[in-house]
Amino acid sequence: MNHLLTIDELGADGIDDVMRTTDTFAEVNRRPIPKVQALRGKTVVSCFFEDSTRTRLSFETAARRLGADVMTFSAASSSLKKGESLRDTVETLEAIGADAFVVRHRSAGVPTQIASWSRAKVVNAGDGQHEHPTQALLDCYTLRTHLGDLHGKQIVVVGDIKHSRVARSNIAAFTALGAKVKLVAPATLLPASVGEWPVEVTHNLDGALDDADVVYLLRIQQERTDQALLPSLREYSAGFGLDAKRAARLKPGALIMHPGPMNRGVEIAADVADAPNAVITEQVANGVAVRMAVLFLMLGSGDLNA
Amino acid sequence: MRENAVAERERTVAPGAAVFVSRSQVMSGDDLRRAVTRIAHEIVERNHGLTDVVLVALQTGGAMLVERIAAELERIEGVGVPTGTLDVAIYRDDFGLRPVIAEAPTNIPGDITGKTVVLVDDVLFTGRTVRAALNALADFGRAKCVQLAVMVDRGHREVPIRPDFVGKNLPTRRDELVDVRDDGVHLGEMK
Repeated sequence: MNHLLTIDELGADGIDDVMRTTDTFAEVNRRPIPKVQALRGKTVVSCFFEDSTRTRLSFETAARRLGADVMTFSAASSSLKKGESLRDTVETLEAIGADAFVVRHRSAGVPTQIASWSRAKVVNAGDGQHEHPTQALLDCYTLRTHLGDLHGKQIVVVGDIKHSRVARSNIAAFTALGAKVKLVAPATLLPASVGEWPVEVTHNLDGALDDADVVYLLRIQQERTDQALLPSLREYSAGFGLDAKRAARLKPGALIMHPGPMNRGVEIAADVADAPNAVITEQVANGVAVRMAVLFLMLGSGDLNA
Repeated sequence: MRENAVAERERTVAPGAAVFVSRSQVMSGDDLRRAVTRIAHEIVERNHGLTDVVLVALQTGGAMLVERIAAELERIEGVGVPTGTLDVAIYRDDFGLRPVIAEAPTNIPGDITGKTVVLVDDVLFTGRTVRAALNALADFGRAKCVQLAVMVDRGHREVPIRPDFVGKNLPTRRDELVDVRDDGVHLGEMK
């Protein structure tokens, strides 16, 4: 694997490779001492130009469990503040010895830009409203452990599709693996181009629940009401929130997922988030193994076709 | 497990890449069966029974042999032995030199501290896989002793490792390839 920038570049076979490699690292994570030396001597730089808890810590944990060294770059306290350009910053980090950059930025395309400048490998850890591929991979892994093959499974994605990089990556990954995706959102939170996506669209959550194998909830941000996209969070919750009554209508074995951070009481009711079929913390745990697999495939494994 | 291993091996051949072409069959299916029986007897004899013996296959070549040796041990001694698998891909020392892929995952039955671990692989060549396996095994406890069973020892060692149980010693050229299957052993090359 060269870089991981988008799910489409990876394709169904690439997703499959990551899933199989993840099995290996999930086993490492179950050991009493979950650490191997597969990436000893490699340096992974975590470049988060935007806030993050789980993704940054998950990547850094993954790198350390593989024996790699981790450099943490913090935009707020860096020379970017003195006016250094992004390109010079990247070249500096590469000169210090970066083998891989894990990049999060509020603008779409920054990881791709860095990949074009640098000899180091680049992982997109979320760029603007574009993509968040490792989130999609960890969601696919979580789904596979529960449902097996995703072919023909009905996945309902609910929430702010328009502004969500998670939605874009996940829809690409789910459909690549053969799942049927249904989007549920108010019209103001759907992108204009949604008609070209390989998905079904509805504004009625209640009608979509009965045949769902998975309900995937996206975070609703307070600022969407400030932008007049939503009348109020309470109104959103009444129409599109997964409360206990709606959750009870799901068929047995149907899963509830959320990429975090959750707004309990808005897109998901507090008790629903803790229900036995809600696999939200499992998603986070699988995230470490998936990111170990991605880093290993980039830095540890030779290219089979080379 | 065996189906996985076979599927895994087939996947590791890149599309359009060279495929294995047999030049001569060096062990028949019967030869292989007899060698498995002899190795099983030697394991029992060396360890004075099967107390605390654990068989661990090196993925993916050892998976088929471990099942057959375990079945034979059960037939001879009337007791089953725990079996496991070890994937050494993430312990190898040649990242970047040649393709390494994580294969079927490791599955070690419990703590191996105090146990006699018999590592099982199809072909012993440079010894580097076994060296990696010894590293990997150390992450699961301190075995009382580790032994090595292989179907074919083809020479060309690059590290000081020797097998305890051997199906067949087979002199080879470096560029040849040995393929161990359920129905026998072939010598050939990639074409």
